[in-house]
Amino acid sequence: MSIRDNLQKRADLYAKIRAFFAERNVLEVETPLLCQHTVTDPHIDSFAVPINTEKNYFLQTSPEYAMKRLLAAGSGPIYQITKSFRVGESGHQHNPEFTMLEWYRIGFNHHDLMDELDALLQYTLQTKPAKKINYRQLFLSHLNIDPFKTDITVLKKRIRDHHIMVDTHEMNHDTALQILLSHLIEPKLGIQTPLFLYDFPPSQAALSKIRQDNPAVAERFELYIAGSEIANGFHELTDATEQQKRFEKNQLDRKHNQQAIPAIDHYFIDALKSGLPACAGVAIGIDRLLMKKTKTHAIQDVISFPFDHA
Amino acid sequence: MSKFTTNEFKSGLKVMMDNDPYNILENEYVKPGKGQAFNRVKLRNLKTGRVIERTFKSGDALDGADVVECDMQYLYCDGEFWHFMNPSSFEQISASAVVMSDAKQWLKEQDTCIMTLWNGVPLTVEAPNTVTLKITQTDPGVRGDTATGGTKPATLETGAVVRVPLFIEEGEIIKVDTRKGEYLSRAKS
Repeated sequence: MSIRDNLQKRADLYAKIRAFFAERNVLEVETPLLCQHTVTDPHIDSFAVPINTEKNYFLQTSPEYAMKRLLAAGSGPIYQITKSFRVGESGHQHNPEFTMLEWYRIGFNHHDLMDELDALLQYTLQTKPAKKINYRQLFLSHLNIDPFKTDITVLKKRIRDHHIMVDTHEMNHDTALQILLSHLIEPKLGIQTPLFLYDFPPSQAALSKIRQDNPAVAERFELYIAGSEIANGFHELTDATEQQKRFEKNQLDRKHNQQAIPAIDHYFIDALKSGLPACAGVAIGIDRLLMKKTKTHAIQDVISFPFDHA
Repeated sequence: MSKFTTNEFKSGLKVMMDNDPYNILENEYVKPGKGQAFNRVKLRNLKTGRVIERTFKSGDALDGADVVECDMQYLYCDGEFWHFMNPSSFEQISASAVVMSDAKQWLKEQDTCIMTLWNGVPLTVEAPNTVTLKITQTDPGVRGDTATGGTKPATLETGAVVRVPLFIEEGEIIKVDTRKGEYLSRAKS
């Protein structure tokens, strides 16, 4: 494909996304790329940028905190197409600098937002209507395992039985599930139609609301197209105390792993305290979406100058 | 020896795993949206040639393997070991029949080949892609014999046997493709 075709595809996608949200009265916004705080998530590392000899700012790993501050301040429904940055995320599906589409809908739960994302996919990529499956049912149907009840020793045995060569010595329950998901299930997801996976184990809640069902589930979803993950969304956690606790747990995990421990973003916690309206939000990898549109397997094919040549 | 973390993995990197040297063939970074990142890596065991797949947590590290390839000149075989010399350092190294594998049937004295060394010990020896060898024995070609596809067996000076066209005679010098074990052409003598 020529450079012109490639650039045109991205430009066309952006135009369609903007038309889609203009029609629905969702407002396009911009938030800072350089912020004083960053995520505490132990699996995401941020680029630190020296502001002066004493202080660092951070390149944003996602616009989530800033957009929620806008929502709490009364912005109404908003979206943003923005660059995000994550240290070390390099591969056929990852570029350390990448483009994210993120949007928030007030009064939506995660199912309402999955429906809207499905409509966006049909409008921009001409996909067939998406299917949905919950996390528990997915594991039951593919591996005959109940992910909420199965003991870690059984999960480790399944990893060995499937000849996945990995050191399971210090592996926790969530990582074992993620190994099984990424090695055995993910390549088969979203082949005929896009697929939403929803209601995750509460230990994988991130910033989503936990519903006290039996068992309790995190109201979180992921979107898969042709074997790869494209989007992650939440019925958003709005409880400041619970959010503070989750961040503190992240900090403890980071301490345990001997990683850098970022301070908790007090602007974000304050916004939750002042009142984040009930809402759902989702982040989509735009580069991955373009990979599907152009039918390529390398993210470098859809980025003008990939990280090695930037 | 230096350590390499997963973000330095790339094809061609030689690393140690379970006390054996490996060559990385493919490295794929895998990361769930929220959760632990992994590297799925395909590696070839340089001692056995077997290819395996391993999954590493991102950030894990492996020791580098001191594996080098060098040009070596074949000197002679004493019946048990094949002796080589490094033409620049004049250092001599001997290789066993296991290490020689297929290469032993193609080498004649003075030939140059590629030897892979691990901590100074030979792992593999590769014969040149084409070699020029003399035929020491072959039956005269019988005109009209097409049942064997117009070829006949010929024994070469190194002991290897290849199939040659019927018109090739004993004492001739021919070129052979060592990867396929096939006759290529007559060599100009």
